Amino acid sequence: MIRVQKLHKAFGDQPVLRGVDLDVATAEIMVIIGRSGGGKTVLLKHLIGLLRPDAGSILLDGADITRLKGAALDEIRRRYGVVFQGGALFDSMSVADNIAFPLREKTRLSSAEIRSRVEEKLAQVGLAGMGDKNPAEISGGMRKRVAIARALVTEPEVVFFDEPTTGLDPVLVNTIHHLIRELHRTFRFTAVVVSHEIPEIFGIADRVAMLHEGLVVESGTAEAIQSSSNPVVRHFIRGDVESVGHPGRASAGART
Amino acid sequence: MTGPGSAAPYPLPLRGEEALGRLTLDVVQSLGRFGTFLARTLALIVVPPFKLGRLADRIHFIGTRSLTLVVLTGAFTGMVLGLQVFLTLGRFGAEGFLGPAVALSLIRELGPVLCAVFVTGLAGSALTAEIGIMRISEQIDALTVMALSPLRYLAVPAIVAGIVTFPLLTAIFDVVGIFGGYLVSVKLLGLSHGTYFGEMQSFVEMSDIMVGAWKSLAFGILVPWVCTYKGFHCGHGAAGVARATTQAVVLSSVLILVGDYVLGSLLP
Repeated sequence: MIRVQKLHKAFGDQPVLRGVDLDVATAEIMVIIGRSGGGKTVLLKHLIGLLRPDAGSILLDGADITRLKGAALDEIRRRYGVVFQGGALFDSMSVADNIAFPLREKTRLSSAEIRSRVEEKLAQVGLAGMGDKNPAEISGGMRKRVAIARALVTEPEVVFFDEPTTGLDPVLVNTIHHLIRELHRTFRFTAVVVSHEIPEIFGIADRVAMLHEGLVVESGTAEAIQSSSNPVVRHFIRGDVESVGHPGRASAGART
Repeated sequence: MTGPGSAAPYPLPLRGEEALGRLTLDVVQSLGRFGTFLARTLALIVVPPFKLGRLADRIHFIGTRSLTLVVLTGAFTGMVLGLQVFLTLGRFGAEGFLGPAVALSLIRELGPVLCAVFVTGLAGSALTAEIGIMRISEQIDALTVMALSPLRYLAVPAIVAGIVTFPLLTAIFDVVGIFGGYLVSVKLLGLSHGTYFGEMQSFVEMSDIMVGAWKSLAFGILVPWVCTYKGFHCGHGAAGVARATTQAVVLSSVLILVGDYVLGSLLP
């Protein structure tokens, strides 16, 4: 269970998060939607401990991770898997070595066991036999799948996806979403997905939170969000640019 | 007068003071980060696990790849020295001291300094660019969220490789330079073989060699420190990496010259 409470973050004079409240239940897929520049990635970086908030807390099973550092924070991170927007694959390593890397560094598994786990993960993401390729030699969709395989290879309790389908064609978008849903069914991890993909992302979400101008203006099931009366949410889902950026209207219908 | 908490800007005279204060704070903070980066990296050198594979890779990256450049530049530095010193000493009828002059210049000053500057241009810039690209493509963030220390993976091997390779490359630069001077002065200008090496043996002492060794060791820490730091703290996008790479080369080169003067003053 992750609980974000009154999270504030500003860069210089520019506030990005202005009191975010968010609950993510164990083993659910929570999707965070919102405009570019609305603070989604900044929120995600706080959740994985890459940024520290100016105020507020992030509780993981009751422990405030914003107060942890060093080895204590690393202990929390061992429970995490992260799929970065661009994949963040190590370009000096092959696909198989990328997936094996966390196992080699953080476990005492034998080489044979690691090889077997890597092959199993490659098969699960539909890339069996591609382990010898270099990340530069494979397509964008394949890189995303390798990144997902690397994030899942340590069998984490919580997996964060930062816009996992950015830059992919519609077929690949659905393929990746289907893959996330299938892997979630199999491994029952808690997933936090930051995404722009409206309406496709609603197909995999247990719950959705809309982040707008540094605040969660609405959260609920995918159906509830799609039928929301909040004008900010409605305009964002419809892709109507005129009203989405209007803070007055946002606050008028805000609820967390 | 407008208070600091107010939204209104300072009156003109105070704006200058505010800018100066901010600049001072920025410089102090940057120096603090710079020093902390080295302290944390040096502390990790002695704490296991040791990444020997990464170290071997960095020794190849800095050392082996720089070898051709070091041999080439060392040879021509020695040849230029041989020619110029021969002509200069010839005016005083003191050509016999050419060997020690070339050797001492190379061993005490030119070897460590020029070798460090050339290796900075070749390997240091590549180090900054590589780490900078890892920063902007979130590979460093990926290491962090895997609960692995990016300093241990990227900075420690580079600095240890610098400590190992810089003295060796400098020694090669010196030896090749001395033979470059020999080629010009003995083979082309007619100085006797015995004079060149005999006088060199008389004048070059172990303390001279140690001065060069300490300098190269210091530059072996300095260059990877500056270059990895700049890579870790590069700005956004390709422009950020390009700027960081330029800054790394310029700052390293300036600090090499400053360090050369300081060490030259302190060491016997």
